[in-house]
Amino acid sequence: MEPILKINNLQTHFFTKAGILKAVDGVSFEIAAGEIVGLVGESGSGKSITGFSVMGLVDPPGKIIDGNINFKGKDLSALSNDQMQNIRGNRIAMIFQDPMMTLNPVLRIETQMIEAIQAHDGSISREDARIRSRDTLGLVGISSPDERLRAYPHQFSGGMRQRVSIAIAMLNRPDLIIADEPTTALDVTIQGQVISEMQKLCRETQTALLWITHDLAVVAGIADRVCVMYAGRIVEQGLVADIIANPMHPYTQGLMGSVPSQNQRGKPLQQIDGMVPSMLNLPVGCAFQNRCNYANEKCSNIQPDITQVADGRQVRCFNIPVGQRL
Amino acid sequence: MTAFILRRSLQSIVVLFIMSLIVFVGVNLVGDPVDMLINPEADQAEIDRVIRDLGLDRPVSEQYWYFVLNAFQGDLGRSFIFGEPALKLIVQRMPATMELALVSLLMAVVFGIPLGIYAGLKPNSKFSKTIMAGSILGFSMPTFWVGIILIMFFSVHLGWLPSTGRGDVATYFGVTSSAFTLDGLSHIFLPAFNLALFKLSSVIRLARAGTREVILQDYIKFARAKGLAESRVVRIHLLKNIMIPVITIIGLEFGSLIAFSTVTETVFAWPGMGKLIIDSIYNLDRPVVVAYLMIIVVIFVMLNLIVDILYSVLDPRVRIKGVS
Repeated sequence: MEPILKINNLQTHFFTKAGILKAVDGVSFEIAAGEIVGLVGESGSGKSITGFSVMGLVDPPGKIIDGNINFKGKDLSALSNDQMQNIRGNRIAMIFQDPMMTLNPVLRIETQMIEAIQAHDGSISREDARIRSRDTLGLVGISSPDERLRAYPHQFSGGMRQRVSIAIAMLNRPDLIIADEPTTALDVTIQGQVISEMQKLCRETQTALLWITHDLAVVAGIADRVCVMYAGRIVEQGLVADIIANPMHPYTQGLMGSVPSQNQRGKPLQQIDGMVPSMLNLPVGCAFQNRCNYANEKCSNIQPDITQVADGRQVRCFNIPVGQRL
Repeated sequence: MTAFILRRSLQSIVVLFIMSLIVFVGVNLVGDPVDMLINPEADQAEIDRVIRDLGLDRPVSEQYWYFVLNAFQGDLGRSFIFGEPALKLIVQRMPATMELALVSLLMAVVFGIPLGIYAGLKPNSKFSKTIMAGSILGFSMPTFWVGIILIMFFSVHLGWLPSTGRGDVATYFGVTSSAFTLDGLSHIFLPAFNLALFKLSSVIRLARAGTREVILQDYIKFARAKGLAESRVVRIHLLKNIMIPVITIIGLEFGSLIAFSTVTETVFAWPGMGKLIIDSIYNLDRPVVVAYLMIIVVIFVMLNLIVDILYSVLDPRVRIKGVS
């Protein structure tokens, strides 16, 4: 299927006083219509900035300096702010991490929903926009949506607020939703509900979903494909089942090992040693070398390229550990 | 809401009572009005007669008792100087002060909020830095000095605007104000600006601080992610959130605008309450001073109440007890 979003060599850098911070440094991946892609990484790995780059919402001093973001044949990085405004919330929507903070505390839910519709459809009446808002609220599982429209955000629980954000994202039937850790701030039970709700909605409406998270378990539950990011670069990508069954990059292996599981009961939990290197001062060669058990001289001198190791499977490593090779 | 207003009114009466006690004792400590009132050549019999007429021969506690009794009947005493009810004197001058305070408040809000938001949105631009430097000047320069400079520059040097008085007044809808005539407007501009300068500076700083804080919130980014025009993000999502602290300050400061317009009224010879209170303090005209301070307390209490009610309008999270 033709991808609706095709990111090629995206470079988003922050020009800080301390130096240039390469938050996103050459990221490339694709999403097909109706596909769910997980973007996994630690804090500071550049996964959220990748999402904001697609939205055209990178705050200064950040700037997209190279690469292109091809969305349905248009390069978003070349669009003016006005043109981008027409796409934001209309063709591409976004859901944020903390549902307590994403809704404006002083505006009614209906105000915040209707404005999102009217921003992209000047001819729709307030009443029609309200009806669509109500129906969408019902769609995401909010009971008595008519009453709830009149409510303020503080009258909702965290999970309910996240459902409202999801409803707002779905209002204009976007082609792509970027979800930036949308379940991180929620209880596990609510997390499960939100995930299955999103999955169902995206399947039904053929909406593509970019799910940004640090939680591999969540990705395993929802995504079709996974991109693993480390220090601003994608280090491994492939189908979710393949990556879970057979992680190839030492970092992905480390991530998998760090998830507590039944099989390792009583044994000390694996950790990835060391810290993420400072983004302002990345080592020459592979960014993961100082934490990697397989690193050798080549890793500290040459930056490995991401290479195709199997159909739909890419890894950025010189020494794919023995036994993991296909 | 009714319960809330009732409770606040009861509290106000207590405040009013305590205030009257302090003021009454206070004015009895500062000088003897008799010295100011009578002819220096009057004999002792004449002096005694005046003291008796004014009721100053009684103990302070008894004077206070009669003051309270009369106050309940709406009589705050008679001016020693004018021989008229103090309340009437003050009420006569109140419109002049009110219009001055209102016009300066309007100036502070109409210029202060947009300038503050601009400075908050573009903190590094030259214009923003000029605004912020100006606001520091605005509340560090003494009001009387600024008033004099304004008169020197705009009235004396350029001759553009008159320096004293209220100018022509006109009456619409039962309100008499110089803001309704061109001549009146030209008279009110300088004093109102003088009075507004301090508030303008605080509104600018508040609006800027609020903007800097709110603009970083997720809900602003989310509003942008919805594809809203930047103007709507600023006018609705940002403005409503920064208005809460601004309203507090405006409300409370409006009281102080009225209460402390004395300096500006003196500099610009504005015939308002401020001028009256200054003259009355000079003349030890006790009833007028007491009545004036009572009225100021009532104004402050009312403004606080209005601010509290406005809160609940602006911020749905603030629920006044008794509403829901």
